[in-house]
Amino acid sequence: MSQSPTTSPTQDYDPSAPLLEVKDLQVEFRTKAGVAQAINGMNFTLNAGETLAILGESGSGKSVTAQTIMGILDMPPGHIAGGEIRYRGQDLLSMKPERRRKLRGVSISMIFQDALSSLNPVLPVGWQIGEMFRVHHRMNRKQARQKAIELMKRVGIPAAEQRVGNYPHQFSGGMRQRIMIAMAIALDPDVLIADEPTTALDVTVQAQVMRLLKELQVENNMGLILITHDLGVVADVADKIAVMYAGRVMEHTDVFSIYSTPAHPYTKGLLESLPRIDAEGDRLSTVPGLPPTLTDMPPGCPFNPRCPYATDLCRTDRPELLPVADGHTSACHYREELYAGTITAREEVQS
Amino acid sequence: MSNPNTGAQPDPFADSEVVLDVNDLVKHFPVKEGILVKRTTGAVQAVDGVSFKLRKGETLGIVGESGCGKSTLAKLLMRLEEPDSGSVTFRGEDFLSLRGAALRRARRKIQIIFQDPYTSLNPRMSVGDIIAEPFTLHPDAKPAQGVRSRVKELLDVVGLNPDHINRYPHQFSGGQRQRIGIARGLALNPDVIICDEPVSALDVSVQAQVMNLLEDLQQEFGLSYIFIAHDLSVVRHISDRVAVMYLGRIAELGRDHEIYGAPAHPYTQALLSAVPVPDPTVRGQRQEIVLKGDPPNPANPPSGCRFRTRCWKATDICETEDPVLEVRAGTTQRTACHHAAQNEDVSALD
Ligand SMILES: Nc1ncnc2c1ncn2[C@@H]1O[C@H](COP(=O)(O)OP(=O)(O)OP(=O)(O)O)[C@@H](O)[C@H]1O
Ligand SMILES: Nc1ncnc2c1ncn2[C@@H]1O[C@H](COP(=O)(O)OP(=O)(O)OP(=O)(O)O)[C@@H](O)[C@H]1O
Ligand SMILES: [Mg+2]
Ligand SMILES: [Mg+2]
Repeated sequence: MSQSPTTSPTQDYDPSAPLLEVKDLQVEFRTKAGVAQAINGMNFTLNAGETLAILGESGSGKSVTAQTIMGILDMPPGHIAGGEIRYRGQDLLSMKPERRRKLRGVSISMIFQDALSSLNPVLPVGWQIGEMFRVHHRMNRKQARQKAIELMKRVGIPAAEQRVGNYPHQFSGGMRQRIMIAMAIALDPDVLIADEPTTALDVTVQAQVMRLLKELQVENNMGLILITHDLGVVADVADKIAVMYAGRVMEHTDVFSIYSTPAHPYTKGLLESLPRIDAEGDRLSTVPGLPPTLTDMPPGCPFNPRCPYATDLCRTDRPELLPVADGHTSACHYREELYAGTITAREEVQS
Repeated sequence: MSNPNTGAQPDPFADSEVVLDVNDLVKHFPVKEGILVKRTTGAVQAVDGVSFKLRKGETLGIVGESGCGKSTLAKLLMRLEEPDSGSVTFRGEDFLSLRGAALRRARRKIQIIFQDPYTSLNPRMSVGDIIAEPFTLHPDAKPAQGVRSRVKELLDVVGLNPDHINRYPHQFSGGQRQRIGIARGLALNPDVIICDEPVSALDVSVQAQVMNLLEDLQQEFGLSYIFIAHDLSVVRHISDRVAVMYLGRIAELGRDHEIYGAPAHPYTQALLSAVPVPDPTVRGQRQEIVLKGDPPNPANPPSGCRFRTRCWKATDICETEDPVLEVRAGTTQRTACHHAAQNEDVSALD
């Protein structure tokens, strides 16, 4: 049942360009409380077949980054204050809205964080999955329904034939998440942004979904941006990692270096807060304090009020994202010392 | 007290008051089919014969496949859904027969923190109104210090800025919204808090803060928790006992070192084997038990043992005889499996 897509003319693409490139992206929200710098200089490159994990505190701007790439940011109050997003060399931000809309779901697709509210409660799930095929591939209802059943099976929904006509509320949270995944992968996208795709799933289904995403990635040489809190999943599937904090990338490197030689205190704090499955443990180590209010950022490094290594320098000068090793960058004044393990935390903020 | 035969540590909650006593709870949802005329063609057996006790100050973790009935069980314990059969005794009272004022009073004492911080908060209500909502529903529980001052105190307790009391949910990140849910859950000084995936949306440093917070609150107020989560490390950390559910039933129930150190039900073993390890250098080395086939249709579960269609140990008896949840030879926890046995290859302790 192969049909050729009716969209995405490819003649303008630069074959030598990376699949997706984000350069110095700035996004702000203009609210009554002032201007909130949600994204403040985001940079990364995603190649075909690669998995980039974006990790970071809640509110650090992971979903806003994803929404901006997808072109579904709420504007206003959102406002793109600068930067570029290039898909195969083409700047998405200056592209005609009509053209950009055609890329959405076809070339760049997204699995949303909140599966519950992203599905339409008054339409059967099969209809919602099938819509992708009716709209983009001009399939008739029957064909689209068949495709929907295939996809539901592919993401592991039991009794797909019988449940294709069910409504979202009749499925558990995890199954709704799998339905969202089915919709996102329906049209074999080049870039898939998965915003916490397995947070609602149990570990066996999580493993199944990650295997499925991996398979799709290999089949279609798809680039995958995986937004997650789960350091286990990241260790399992990511090639590269960007750690975000308060709208900035704090550390960016390959997956092995992050776990073995973190060069940013926030990354270190995250790794140390992990509960262990092989021990009951008493109190968990935490990163004390709260992330800053975006409308009222501290001077200097945004992490300084919570940082066990902060000095006066950190309270006045904002550190740039600079290299500590080949392909490993960190936005910390003491990145060299952290990387070498030659720095100790100040007493008073240790918890 | 301590068991000299197994060398097991004594159960610190053995003598504590039983707060919740759940017996053979059942909830089926009718499945309706048909375009114009809806006919009932079957029933999803969301919860099908679940029993357990929860003691004062204790945390019972519940894990299991998505769709196995964890949230439905939570709703039954909140009486947001009415069970088809079974009993729930809450502090000696028959909880399911309570009506009117008595039900309202009991309900105050069992609170829930929901799975989804995005849809469980009304977007048109300010954070202050959301946290104060329990006082509107239960006017007799209004705090003497004044609602607003209590709400600010609650915001502070969960680590949010009390000055943000007039903000709306969309102005907070997912993790911050989850704290709002916790503050609301704490408002009426409950005895039991059911936490349905309370930390799944949080990054690990904030997750650690929230878990420490839940533990502090438990210590301070003697709270009992039912803690539902998919993250097995999180469940291990916070729970005293763990129930593993599969398709509406409890497959294995025991103290955390029993479940994690010596799992005896094949499903528990599969779950533990699938936990990703936060260490990229061991990538691909994990001996994951990949379950065969698909999860069965919950409206038409397999005969006998519900796990048998996916189980590598299944034999004829599994098809004909429904295994009871009981202590089996060679284990100290209760397991609903005819072939329950420790698997040398699977334990979270190696
Ligand atoms: N529509 C909006 N109006 C105002 N502020 C917003 C809006 N959407 C997001 N923000 C703010 O932008 C910041 C980044 O939010 P974002 O949703 O990207 O966080 P996140 O990193 O995805 O967090 P989480 O892990 O909790 O999902 C937050 O401080 C949030 O409050
Ligand atoms: N109102 C309802 N009507 C019909 N079926 C329902 C209803 N609520 C739940 N179910 C079904 O009952 C079963 C159990 O659902 P429940 O939400 O309790 O699962 P869960 O264990 O919480 O899953 P998850 O981990 O994905 O949150 C599922 O098969 C679900 O589809
Ligand atoms: Mg997000
Ligand atoms: Mg649930």
